[in-house]
Amino acid sequence: MNNLNLILPEILISLAIMFLLMLGVFKKNSTELVFNITLIVLFVTAVIIFNEALTINKITLFNQSIIIDYLSSYMKIVALISAFLVLIISSSYLKTVKIFKIEYPILFLCSVLGMMIMMSSNDLIVFYMALELQSLALYVLATFDRDQKKSSEAGLKYFVLSALSSGLLLYGCSLIYGFSGSTNFNIIANQLNSNSYALTFGIVFILVGLAFKISAVPFHMWAPDVYEGSPTSVTLIFTMVPKIAALTVFIRFLYIPFFNLIDQWQIIIIFLSIASMLFGAIAAIGQTNIKRLIAYSSIGHMGYVLAGLATGSNEGIQSSILYLSIYIIMNLGFFSVLLMLKRNNQYFEDIKDLSGLSQHHPLLSLSLLLILFSLAGIPPLAGFFAKFYVFKSVIEQSMYFLAIIGLVTTVIAAFFYLRIIKIIYFDKEIEKYDTDHIIWLKFSLLFSTILILFYFIYPSQLVEVVAKINII
Amino acid sequence: MIDIGLGHYLTLGTIIFSIGVIGIFLNRKSIIVILMSIELILLAVNINLVSFSIFLGDIVGQVFTLFILTVAAAESAIGLAIIVVYYRNSGTIRVEEIDQLKG
Repeated sequence: MNNLNLILPEILISLAIMFLLMLGVFKKNSTELVFNITLIVLFVTAVIIFNEALTINKITLFNQSIIIDYLSSYMKIVALISAFLVLIISSSYLKTVKIFKIEYPILFLCSVLGMMIMMSSNDLIVFYMALELQSLALYVLATFDRDQKKSSEAGLKYFVLSALSSGLLLYGCSLIYGFSGSTNFNIIANQLNSNSYALTFGIVFILVGLAFKISAVPFHMWAPDVYEGSPTSVTLIFTMVPKIAALTVFIRFLYIPFFNLIDQWQIIIIFLSIASMLFGAIAAIGQTNIKRLIAYSSIGHMGYVLAGLATGSNEGIQSSILYLSIYIIMNLGFFSVLLMLKRNNQYFEDIKDLSGLSQHHPLLSLSLLLILFSLAGIPPLAGFFAKFYVFKSVIEQSMYFLAIIGLVTTVIAAFFYLRIIKIIYFDKEIEKYDTDHIIWLKFSLLFSTILILFYFIYPSQLVEVVAKINII
Repeated sequence: MIDIGLGHYLTLGTIIFSIGVIGIFLNRKSIIVILMSIELILLAVNINLVSFSIFLGDIVGQVFTLFILTVAAAESAIGLAIIVVYYRNSGTIRVEEIDQLKG
């Protein structure tokens, strides 16, 4: 029975989901209460996992179908903390657009539960079930503002393309199962030595499915539409939390079951990475909507993350994880600013709405400036270090071509980030925005700005934590 | 009489899978057709898994199939709900007319 202690975080979240559903149904006007309990649950779960991570090195449970190791613990903590921050800063937005309902935190909790199991999965069946738990909840969240045509269209598109990608992934899983004889990752790893075409097919299908989930080019087409159409708070979820889970699964698939076939998947990952970096940088230039711009920018950033994964070394994995962690902090700051652009109970999301922001809101503009510089990768901000780690590990594996493309796209991408800065500081000012934001929104903006600005003083703190993740 | 072996089942699975994928991309008419295509893809996977399971003599594939069946049911329920919500807002479910978000 000692197994049950180790999956206590997951059990806690599932019990909380059921309890909150009951509470929301039977108690009138309990949205605020449900919201706060959800936040507490997320926080407590993160603390429990942190405690576990101090003692557990690597352990497999339930017939090796669940694995708890340093990678899963780190990623779970990052995911839970970002889920906590995402939820806490979106409360005022939800109230303003009148979608502050009990289902919102509960569905979000369902999807977080799915992600946590996904990050620990060591078996195709567990992985698939967790993936579906995560995506089914996210389909509904994307459609949450159901009286808006845009939101329902975003949900529809997300549903169709995500279901297709799950189908492709599943077909890959069936081939892998058939030709290796097991659904367990470790056994698959032992069986996959042969150069069978069917196995290559299986790997390609699984990689395509996973690339859909992290919106890497050429499987990105859902991302801009869904990001633009969903409510801003849901876009914030999409850009942060599922990416953490998808990256963890990507690492697990590539480096546990498929590691022997590195020659075959490495070229695919390099292609995905280069295509995402180039496309993300070029397509973002002509955008006018900030959420759409963020979609393209996140496609580009995923390209850098994949560049780290393509190296096939521990340093590469660590650099990808570092990149994603820093990207999440920058994204949090950016969205805090976006959620502050409110006037007369209406939110603004076009780039032209930022025009002359510095006149009325100097501090807000300054932090947005820092965040944008960091996203563009300008030293000494955190975004520069993120790119530095990735390029370092790529060059150590003598993949110079990938590094050169990465540097070129960084320069291209800098253009549209700098264009926003120009609009903020040098364009004609428009009306003042509201300044009475909730304290958590201010806190998260301050938190991310400070982290970005002062990261260079102690870069080794984060690096040392991540350096304990050894998969190979 | 020909012996029906694993290859035949896999070919059947591949054909159904391809029909599903092509149905999603070539379809210009209705979203319901896309929903049906997704079901076809999952069906193809189930055929694959069951035939592998029988030819490997391993029960896990059939267990996997049962899980996929349940998830497919949940997925189409949510899909239909989303389609209903969309229909209420726009009055159409024709694929060509879903074009408010683009750029």
